[in-house]
Amino acid sequence: MEFKLNKKMNLNPALFEPGCKKESTRDGWGRELAVLGGEDEKIVALTADLSGSVRTNWFEEKYPNRFFNCGVAEQNMASVSAGLAMAGKIVYFSSFAVFSPGRNWDQIRVNIAYNNLNVKFSGAHAGITTGPDGATHQALEDIAIMRVLPNMTVVVPCDAKQAQKAARGAYERDGPVYIRLGRENIPVFTSDSTPFEIGKINVLNDGKDVVIVACGVEVYAALLAAKKLSCEGINAAVLDCHTVKPLDIETIESYAKKCPKMIICEEHQINGGLSGAICEQLCERGLNVKVARIGVKDTFGESGNGLELLKEYGLDSEAIYRACKKMIE
Amino acid sequence: MAFEKIKSVKELKLAASEIRCDIIRMLVESKSGHTAGSLGMTDIFAALYLGVANHDPKNPDWDGRDKILLSNGHICPILYATLAYCDYFPRSELMTLRKLGSHLQGHPHWGHLPGIENTSGPLGQGLSQACGLALADKLDSREGLIFCLTSDGEHQEGQTWEAVMFASKYKLGKIIQIMDRNNIQIDGNTEDIMPLESLKKKYEAFNWEVHEVDGNDMSAVLSLLEKLSAKARSSGGNSAPIIIIANTLASKGFYSAEGSYKWHGKTPSKEEGEIALADILAASEKIRAE
Repeated sequence: MEFKLNKKMNLNPALFEPGCKKESTRDGWGRELAVLGGEDEKIVALTADLSGSVRTNWFEEKYPNRFFNCGVAEQNMASVSAGLAMAGKIVYFSSFAVFSPGRNWDQIRVNIAYNNLNVKFSGAHAGITTGPDGATHQALEDIAIMRVLPNMTVVVPCDAKQAQKAARGAYERDGPVYIRLGRENIPVFTSDSTPFEIGKINVLNDGKDVVIVACGVEVYAALLAAKKLSCEGINAAVLDCHTVKPLDIETIESYAKKCPKMIICEEHQINGGLSGAICEQLCERGLNVKVARIGVKDTFGESGNGLELLKEYGLDSEAIYRACKKMIE
Repeated sequence: MAFEKIKSVKELKLAASEIRCDIIRMLVESKSGHTAGSLGMTDIFAALYLGVANHDPKNPDWDGRDKILLSNGHICPILYATLAYCDYFPRSELMTLRKLGSHLQGHPHWGHLPGIENTSGPLGQGLSQACGLALADKLDSREGLIFCLTSDGEHQEGQTWEAVMFASKYKLGKIIQIMDRNNIQIDGNTEDIMPLESLKKKYEAFNWEVHEVDGNDMSAVLSLLEKLSAKARSSGGNSAPIIIIANTLASKGFYSAEGSYKWHGKTPSKEEGEIALADILAASEKIRAE
């Protein structure tokens, strides 16, 4: 069976080729932030001593007077951002996700979310693919602690191009937006013309035998799994659920009705993240769907190469493939 | 047009007495809230809102205003009572404090009530918010000052010191912090729970301009605030941030409660409220006779 992707998605035609360009989501986000800075003087950016790592340095180079390095002080950074936003600025800040929103959740909750301010912040080095730094630096809980906040939007881009669009989407959207970014260079499998709208799932592949819903690095892994399944005549739908909140439950529901076998994949704890968000709503809607969750199984990570860790922790395309097979059998 | 300032110390003292009475009435009615800090800071609130700051209750969002942030949000009865005194909203609303549907939330919420410049409650966040506002004002060449009212207790929060460093780095000279140094916190005296001294030396070490004042001496408070405001306005916003360590008496004016940490988060009963009001009104008569 030939593996035909949804043409409307305009994915990179070279997406399965070894030479497919690789880039991290932090790169896409940082590049777009520097572009946005030239379009709107209201935009300011902050970081907490990680400008190069989180890619605010490109904004910093172009607009030094609108860039503020807070030093190693994430709590202050979040509240300073709130002050700037109260005065009418559109504020972007970034650090590693374990520190921000990991360490400054209270400040984000009270100063930013409660006030519904225009603060667009990214948590870089999220997920197990953060790699060698080990468990302390691998944020696996950030989706959970952000999606529970009222007024908050939570976006998990699947590649650098989408991260770029997410940075712009956050600018165009009122209120606080959290964007989850990764460190690892991963295939850039979408293109400039791939649609992106916050809160709207991209159906990358239509299918009727099993439905794979994924976000972040797991989307590409899901495509690889679907491709492999297609060789066996199994037709897997692949939904890129880049926005965890607000969740595009209508699209998920329509697929759940077509095929009540769902694999939900995220580079996050299996509890509280994307699968949690989906299952909460599926249950409430009374949909009888069989669900398997691909995620870190209530454990901490460890040091290693990013891609190696994906495999070790059961998050790679093989794990998704096996979960699909098991569900269909 | 900005609020017409009161420059007479006697009039400010009388206004402070009226505001203190409102605080007592509110707290007796709500049966929930914080007495000690609210009463201790009343003289400073009166001097700042009625005598020093540029603001306009008829136009709360006036771009050229001075912004007054409250970092230790739990003393909001004094904020609400002062805002009502300035006519930001009807005084009758004070009696809705902490009740369902009220604009007067248990801790202040930005946008919930005119005149509120920041959301606070969890301690140690106000000075950071003040830094953000001051940075924005610098970028946009706004003229107003940023007054940030903090407590001594919240200097046990690490974030306060993050903001102290930040304000110093960016030379946020339009920030005037006023710290309520009343030496108490919920569980006891600050120097027993977690010693803070020497606050003056600490701020000096962080390159702030440090002043001290008896926070219940209206004449001293007014003249210091006037002097430092004029200085901060003329600095062009590129000098050391300023802190006033205001030594205050917790529960000032309600004699039997004065100085005691036990009144940090307690409200007066109806009977205690009557005693407090009698204390305040008697003092008020003395001021009138001066």
